[in-house]
Amino acid sequence: MRRALVSAALLSTLAVVAACGGSSSDNAGGTSSTTGSTSAASCSKSSLELATPGKLTLATDNPAFPPWFIGKKADSPWDPTTPPTKKGYEAGVAYAVAKKLGFSDAQIVWKVQQFTQLFKPGSKPYDFDINQVSYNPKRAKAVGFSDSYYDVEQAVVSYKGSKIADAKSLADLKDAKLGYQLGTTSGDAISETIKPSSSASVYSNSNDVVSAIKAHQVDGIVVDFPTALYMSAVQVPNGLIVGRLPSTGGQQEHFGLVTSRGSSLIPCLNKALSELRSDGTLKQLQQQWIAGGAPVLQ
Amino acid sequence: MNDPGRASRILGGGAGRSTAIATASTLVVFGAIALIVVTSTGWPEVKQAFFNWDEFTYSFPKVLRALKLNIEIFLIAEVFILIFALAIAILRGLPGPVFFPVRLLATAYTDVFRGIPTILVVYLLGFGVPALQLSGVPSSELFWGTASLVLVYSAYVAEVYRAGIESVHPSQDAAARSLGLTRAQSLRFVVVPQAVRRVVPPLLNDFIGLQKDTALVALLGPVEAFREAQIISASDFNYTPYVVAALLFIALTIPLARFTDWLIARERKRRLAGGVR
Repeated sequence: MRRALVSAALLSTLAVVAACGGSSSDNAGGTSSTTGSTSAASCSKSSLELATPGKLTLATDNPAFPPWFIGKKADSPWDPTTPPTKKGYEAGVAYAVAKKLGFSDAQIVWKVQQFTQLFKPGSKPYDFDINQVSYNPKRAKAVGFSDSYYDVEQAVVSYKGSKIADAKSLADLKDAKLGYQLGTTSGDAISETIKPSSSASVYSNSNDVVSAIKAHQVDGIVVDFPTALYMSAVQVPNGLIVGRLPSTGGQQEHFGLVTSRGSSLIPCLNKALSELRSDGTLKQLQQQWIAGGAPVLQ
Repeated sequence: MNDPGRASRILGGGAGRSTAIATASTLVVFGAIALIVVTSTGWPEVKQAFFNWDEFTYSFPKVLRALKLNIEIFLIAEVFILIFALAIAILRGLPGPVFFPVRLLATAYTDVFRGIPTILVVYLLGFGVPALQLSGVPSSELFWGTASLVLVYSAYVAEVYRAGIESVHPSQDAAARSLGLTRAQSLRFVVVPQAVRRVVPPLLNDFIGLQKDTALVALLGPVEAFREAQIISASDFNYTPYVVAALLFIALTIPLARFTDWLIARERKRRLAGGVR
């Protein structure tokens, strides 16, 4: 009896290993190729493949924080289950892209999508997600990315009186205990650019990051620069921005709109974004919602 | 089970034959399940997302390294839990009206900490207490994470101890007292040793739970195995690191589970010793 159990356990382990094996180069899950629809002329509203016909379904996390989305009150986060305020940088980009695709504001539906659900297998119940998702090649194997709608930098937030409040260079951050939010590229910035002596703390969401610095469990937190502006001004008591960080590995980081992999919508989103870039809309939105500066730490 | 004689006589056939049957039936059952999964329409996507070999080999060493922290938390917490829980169980069992407030406190403790989800205790203590910024109180997230596990699991383990203590027949205590042992001596040398021996299997069962719950400490910032898996998963948009973490947690708990089985078997044998088999 016991022997049988052992062999059963062995077999199930083998099954898992076998499942993991196999050629990794095969285009698993590929129902359509990444080229999608190549004809640029197919971006008319009626020819788009949408999650809900006739509507443009957009997604972001709940709560959606300033300066990306702004709720009813200034400096308050937006709850995507409440009526849209259309305020904030990402809100601005989303509505501008939708307009380019031919949708009126009334035809836009918002859905809540947590970051960790973004890449679950299967079809997505929305057309694109806009939630400060940085592009990288590995991620692009699981989801579809549009071109950049924001070129992002990382920044260090701390509080008055902390041991890094007056840091002037990357070297001054070496002995700091730093924290960041799970899933953000801020972790790479810490491990590759700052290289602190103690390992960084990782938090599940942005509220926990703020809790940790409020409790002084970390000296500083690394977030993208626009978020740093909001956190240092509103969320962290006596908060300040220590400085911006040079780009990780010399690569410009950017946020992209996230779709299902190989979505036929991507060429149309890229076309819309490129028009918004060349007509100055993106720049104008940035000036409207993301104002402020900080020195770059070297 | 270790005595094949009677079992095989009843089942008919030798050990070799039953092993062959077991193997064949196992192959059929698991083969059928595997076939259903692999031929499903969503399988290629699921395979890519959960069983990606490149991702597996990439994340395995990293998650394994992070598992060290889980083991450390577990070992430290376990020592304190064993001590606290026994103290609580004894306090709860103190007889007499004088000790009513003590019993009340001990009961309230077990009720409260068994009632609150562990994840909430970790959050409340881990972020709440350091935020008070009291001098002399540690703000380390590892300290508070481990402390939360000790508090919660002590409540469970105290109940296990109490069950053990109450299972020792009162005549044992009466006999010890009549021999001139004090109440404390009777507890120390007669009741608790018998009680602990009886509850070792359920104690270990709780510790298997504790091994897994060490992952909750990650909420406060430390990077242990589950968090490391989450980090890689979020960076690469792939769930395979979670499978890696699951396999490692299983590998961690199986030795303890088998040890528990062995202890239960030994205990049963001892109780049945001399009895009709």
